[in-house]
Amino acid sequence: MARMRPEINAGSMADIAFLLLIFFLVTTTMDVDTGITRMLPPPIDPNAPEPPPVRERNVFVVLVDRHDRLMVEGELTSIDRLKEQTKHFLLNPTNDPSLPEKRTEDIPHIGEFQVSRGVISLQNDRGTSYEMYISVQNELAAAINSIRDEVSKDSFGIKFSELRDQELIDAVRQAVPMAISEAEPKDIGGRR
Amino acid sequence: MSRFKKETKKGTPKINTASLPDIIFMLLFFFMVTTTLRETQLFVRTQLPFATEVQTLERKSLVSYIYIGPPFQTEIFGTEPRIQLNDQFASVDDIASFISSEREARAEAERPLMTTSLKVDRETTMGIVTDVKQELRQVNALRINYSTARGDVPRTGISR
Repeated sequence: MARMRPEINAGSMADIAFLLLIFFLVTTTMDVDTGITRMLPPPIDPNAPEPPPVRERNVFVVLVDRHDRLMVEGELTSIDRLKEQTKHFLLNPTNDPSLPEKRTEDIPHIGEFQVSRGVISLQNDRGTSYEMYISVQNELAAAINSIRDEVSKDSFGIKFSELRDQELIDAVRQAVPMAISEAEPKDIGGRR
Repeated sequence: MSRFKKETKKGTPKINTASLPDIIFMLLFFFMVTTTLRETQLFVRTQLPFATEVQTLERKSLVSYIYIGPPFQTEIFGTEPRIQLNDQFASVDDIASFISSEREARAEAERPLMTTSLKVDRETTMGIVTDVKQELRQVNALRINYSTARGDVPRTGISR
């Protein structure tokens, strides 16, 4: 009986597959979306009480003007030095009284850790170029990531980006918070 | 003579093509899995800036895109940077309704995980970007992603 069954001609299978293949080859785009992820602050409640003022020594002021010039803590600087300056501010290695305070916290998996209370305040002009803004954001993120790497290496022996356990990641994040605050935009020239 | 001819004919055996469909199917599945269909047609140029500290966007189904940049057709739309939502130009005031319609399209449980990806041309000024960010804050779409390409930050021209 089995011999009586006629064989199905599979010769055109390749053609059909080719057709589909060419369709997907043409429509495919292989780019992966990468970017810098940030959380915006929630909208201001007009009835909410004024937040307590942050002490001046704990604030790292970064200003970018309409000519893409960079001013850090009242001094003109360049993008190349921004990462080092940010790291120095957040780490405060010599416990300088003009640099941010530290608060000892007990963090799971790491133990007692001196968490810097420093906050980076980033302010830009409406005329700042987007490229410069991203460069500054990138350098600030690079500084924080490099501190996180050091903390992670000291505690767990591997870099922060190589950590896979969510608990350990959260621990390092708690030890080195991503404290970038963007000022409320000032409408000096009014909306364009 | 005739003997010679016969021998040359036998010298070229047929290649078995039975496994050809399998190979093609393998390639087909590879492209089917990796493919992402382009959803919108871009009207604005979005040449992304470079950054080194980039993260990959995951869960693309939860990402809504806002494009900002100078229009391609400068003779019709001018050179001022414009906002594009979905398939059309939009103003800052349209963002609230855009975000709420994007929220409607997702399941309730996934809404807090939604991300707004800002694809902004690198020569745009921050004014329009700040307006968009303020609008996103008002509608509580707080997770944003500045879309960037992976690469070194330019050191010349902007530093002094």
